[in-house]
Parts: sequence; C-alpha cells; structure tokens
Amino acid sequence: MADNHGSARASARTVVIDLVVAVLVFALGAIVGYDSYRLGASWGSDGPQAGYFPFYIGLLICICGAVVFVQSFVRLGTDRKVFVTAGQFKQVLVILLPSAVYVFGVWLIGIYVSSLLFITLFMSFAGHYGWLRSAAVGLAVSLSAFVMFELWFKIPLPKGPVERLLGF
Amino acid sequence: MEEINALFHGFTVALTPFNLMLMFVGIILGVIIGVLPGLGGANGVAILLPLTFSMPPTSAIIMLSCIYWGALFGGAITSILFNIPGEPWSVATTFDGYPMAQQGRAGEALTGAFTSSFVGALVAVLMFTFLAPLIANFALQFGPPEFFAVYLLTFCSFVGTGKGNPFKIVASMMLGFAMAAVGIDIVTGQLRLTFGFTELLSGFHFLVAVIGLFGIGEILLSMEEGLSFSGHGARINPTIVLQTWAKLPRYWATSIRSCLIGCWMGIIPGGATPASFMSYGVARQMSREGAKFGTGQLEGVVAPETAAHAAGTSALLPMITLGIPGSPTAAVLLGGLMIWGLQPGPLLFVEQKDFVWGLIASMYLGNIAGLIVVLTMVPLFAAILRVPFPIIAPVIVVICAIGAYTVKNNMLDVWMMVVFGVVGYAFRKLDYPLAPMVLALVLGDSAESSFRQSMLIAQGDLRVFFSNWLVGSLTGLALVALFWPLLSAGITRLRAALAAGPG
Repeated sequence: MADNHGSARASARTVVIDLVVAVLVFALGAIVGYDSYRLGASWGSDGPQAGYFPFYIGLLICICGAVVFVQSFVRLGTDRKVFVTAGQFKQVLVILLPSAVYVFGVWLIGIYVSSLLFITLFMSFAGHYGWLRSAAVGLAVSLSAFVMFELWFKIPLPKGPVERLLGF
Repeated sequence: MEEINALFHGFTVALTPFNLMLMFVGIILGVIIGVLPGLGGANGVAILLPLTFSMPPTSAIIMLSCIYWGALFGGAITSILFNIPGEPWSVATTFDGYPMAQQGRAGEALTGAFTSSFVGALVAVLMFTFLAPLIANFALQFGPPEFFAVYLLTFCSFVGTGKGNPFKIVASMMLGFAMAAVGIDIVTGQLRLTFGFTELLSGFHFLVAVIGLFGIGEILLSMEEGLSFSGHGARINPTIVLQTWAKLPRYWATSIRSCLIGCWMGIIPGGATPASFMSYGVARQMSREGAKFGTGQLEGVVAPETAAHAAGTSALLPMITLGIPGSPTAAVLLGGLMIWGLQPGPLLFVEQKDFVWGLIASMYLGNIAGLIVVLTMVPLFAAILRVPFPIIAPVIVVICAIGAYTVKNNMLDVWMMVVFGVVGYAFRKLDYPLAPMVLALVLGDSAESSFRQSMLIAQGDLRVFFSNWLVGSLTGLALVALFWPLLSAGITRLRAALAAGPG
C-alpha cells in the first residue's frame, strides 16, 4: 500500500485502509444477511423467524459498508492523510507479534510460565533492561497472579507441565 | 420521604466493614486503572468482573461502581500531569489543566479537578436518589414496544449526537448487534451465524470484546508513539488543598451550569465526553476571564471535570431504571448484573430494594472515599504513571489475557481478545466509534426480543411503535435524535433564509 509520493513513502494512507475496511464490513454484512436468509428472515406460522431481526442488521451493515466505500473512493485521489508510517507500524508489531506468540504459549504451556517468559523477554529485548530486572518483574507478576487466582480466588487458569511438576 | 427512608436503609446495607473495605479497594484499583494506558474504566471493570462472581451482588456492585468512580477521578491525573487524557471525557481537562501543571500549579489543578468531580458526582447522585424511583415506577407500565422504543432512542441518539461519519457509527453499532445474534436463538432454538463452529454456540461475550477493543487496542495505539512519555511531578499538601478550596466558591455559577449540563447529557448515552466539552465551551463564553481560558485557568478545569463526573454518574440512571446503559462502563456493569442473576430494569426497585438502595448509598460513600483517596495518594499514582512503558505494556497484555480467559474459562476467548485488539486499533484510527458496538453487543439480545415481542403483539405491523402517546413520543424522539444533524442544519438554513428574505 506504499505509494510513490515522496513524504508518504513507506506508509499506508488512511483512505486506502478505509476502503479495505469498508469492503470487510460489507462482506461481514453479506455473511450475516445470507445466513439469516438461510434460516428464514420472514414471518413464520408462529411469528418472526430466527433470521428476521439479524437479516435487517446484515442489510444495514452492507449499506453502511457501501456508503463508506463510496465516500472513501471519492477521496482516493486527494486525501493524503497517513494511517500509519512504517516506523509506527514496526512499533505496533513489536508488541502485537510477541502478544500473539504469548497467547499461543498460554495454550501450549500454561499462563504462568508464558507470562514470566513474555514479560522478561519483552523487557529485555524491547525495553533494553537487564536480565535480572526483567526476570524479577516477570516472576513477580506471574507469582502474584498465581497466588491471587489459584490460591485466593480459586479460579483455575491454564496450566502446563511446569505447574504439574510442582503438584498443581 | 419514602426515598429518604430507603436511602438510610441503603446506608445500613453499604456500611458494613467488608463493603467499606471493598469501597476503598475499588477506588484505589479504579484510579490505577484510570491512569494506566490500556486499562480504562470499561476495560478494567470487565477484567475484574469475574473476581466478583463469588461475592454477594450488593458487595460486588459496590466494588465495581467504586472502580468506576476511581477511574473517573484517575482520568484527571493523567490529563493534568501528562497531557494524556486517561479517558475521553478528560480531554477537555487537559486544555487548562496541563498549562497549570507546566506553571508548577499541578497541585492546585488536581485539587480543583478532584473537588469539582466530587461536587458533580454528588449533585448527580442526589438527582439519582429522587429521580430513579420515579422513572422506574413510570417504566413499570412499559410493554415490549415501549422498551424497544427506548432502545431505539438510545441507539439513535448515538448517531445524532456522535461526531464523525454517521455511517461509521451505524456500521459499528450494527456489527455489535450482529455479534450479539451469534449463537443459539433463544426463541426458536436454531443456530444463528455459527457456520458449524461449535465454539460459536454460546456467541461472543461482550467482556472479551471490551477487553480486546479497549485494552489491547489502546496498547497498540500507545506503542505507535514509541516507548517513552514524560510528565510533571505533583505534590499535594494540605495548604494547597485549603488554598484551592478557598478559591473554588468563586466559580459557583460555573459549577451549577456544569452540573446541569452533566446530569442532562449523562442520561443520554455517550454523554460524558460531549458534556465535558460543552461545559468547557459554555464556561468560556460565560466567564469574565473567558479570554484567558487555555492558559491555565482553574475555572477551565472545574467546568469539564464537574460535568464529566456528573454525566458519568447519571449514566447509571438509565442503566438501573430501564436496563439501558448510558456508557460502555455502565454497559459492563449491566452485564455484571445479568451474570449475578439480577434483571436490570424497573422491577429491580420492587424486587431488589436492598441491592438498589445499597448501590445508591454506596454512590455517596464511594465518592467521599474517592475524594479522600485521590487527595492523599496523588504522588503514588503519579509514580505509577512514570513506570516505563516497556514494563507496563506486557504486564497489561498479561492482565488482559487473564481477564479474557476467566470470563468463560475458554482459550478461544483469549484469541478473540487479540483479534478484537487489532479491530479496536484499526477502528480507533479510522474513527469508527467503539462505544456503540459494545452497547449493541450487550443490549442486542434484549433489543431483539423486545422487537420480536412487539411484532408478535402487532402481527408484524410496524405501526405498533406509534400506537399510543407514550410509545409514539419515544419513537418520535428517537427519529428526531437520529436526524438531529440534518434537522439542526435545516433550521439554521431556514432562519438564515427568513432573515435574508424580504420583510
């Protein structure tokens, strides 16, 4: 989505993202409308059918998506507002990608070990803190979450092999 | 007088040592949530909601509403010291609050902000005490068409009063309704919009959406600005507090105006933010020192804070009396009520007297506790704000993940949270408002069932929404609210035409 106009180089324009999101919104509306139609969006023998209400919701979503698409399309040539620059986007990925990996880790090895690793690694790599300080913060958060949820409020969170080894 | 008795009964409910402790815990948590990026009022309450499932509902709502008061107070701290509004309604507080901090008058600005917040809240609670039973009593006559008309009014006024592209507001709202429809249809038992995924049977939980949209979205947005921000130090000592209190009575007229604006706008959904701006604008026009606004006038802090807090408090009025929340945080509280097995709405005043009056009493006590906490602990909260972002960011992601998981003990929700986070980030940047989406997600099922019941009563005739004066005027109001921008533009043009015309 980068274009060749000097200052806007290596950045995404808001109007382009607007177009893409409008298409997605329209598609979601179409899915909602289609599925409601499939269920029956009219008047059954005993009153409104299951798809009666959501069908119109889907229709409205489609209309809004289409209008926003046209509005953005009109401004496509003129609007140069930047949605996100490459540098900003990189910053966003710095937290977004590790977070996604972290959620995967929660599923794989439980929340406590993943949280400890996530906080420690993020602090030391993204924040350039020393290993000791990073690990201390990670351990503190992880341990206090454990005490609060497992012991205090008795709400079980996802656990993995390490917790099992310790007898939980 | 009946209200006074009920209120005193409420105080006896709220004033147990356990509830008082929860009140202070709630306020402190709330302020912390209010000052941290990524943990606003709605999101913070959503994360802490599962912790309250084991408490009695009255204690739970006391703690959660205190978190809400705390977050309202906390928003002012970040606005004044860091020029970063913690909540949307504290944006107007930065206009004069931050210049005051730059001039070294942070203590004065904070004291002014906290005290006027307290005044605004107190007036709103007083209004609440006497108005809520009346509205609830009145709403007891409501049938499904009336309820649907009130829902319609709520959502239409979002479109009419919202700034920005109305189609984006409607798109965001309707996506919320669509998400609410996912899962088993309660009337026919059919599966809707699940496409064969058994995980979608129970639908999208709004708490997960709130945590993702507001929490993760906010973190992503803050990361754009890089990993550093700086703020002014703050010290509040009794002398500054007393000096500021001595100055405040001078602004009594501004206070009264701001309270009225706040109370009125709070009942209308999404009202706290416009209320704070409107109140700032009105104060600037009416004040003798209006020209100096923006350079660090105490009055410029008093006006928006009073209105925002009054509006934030009155946002609970439609939530309790009609089951229709006026703000995302109120929507989360409403969701909490449903989870505790309480049906919000007019019957609450008949069936759950202890709960309702305990809550109202806790509004008085909670705001007093809040004022004490924020005035004494400002340095601590300012210190939390100075914790570097590389530490805060992953910790908040962890807290959000735990919050999303505990909603239903479901791993899929944690993934959904990340997806909602990306959606929240994109929507925020593209000016799709998030509040209507959350409200629609919470109210979707109730709005749909009241619509279907009305349709059943009327055999599919839409004229049922104009069938008597009550429902007719509600629907009419909703339509006026929906087309308000067009109407007001038309009126202005008509006036201009009349003025320019001959004779």
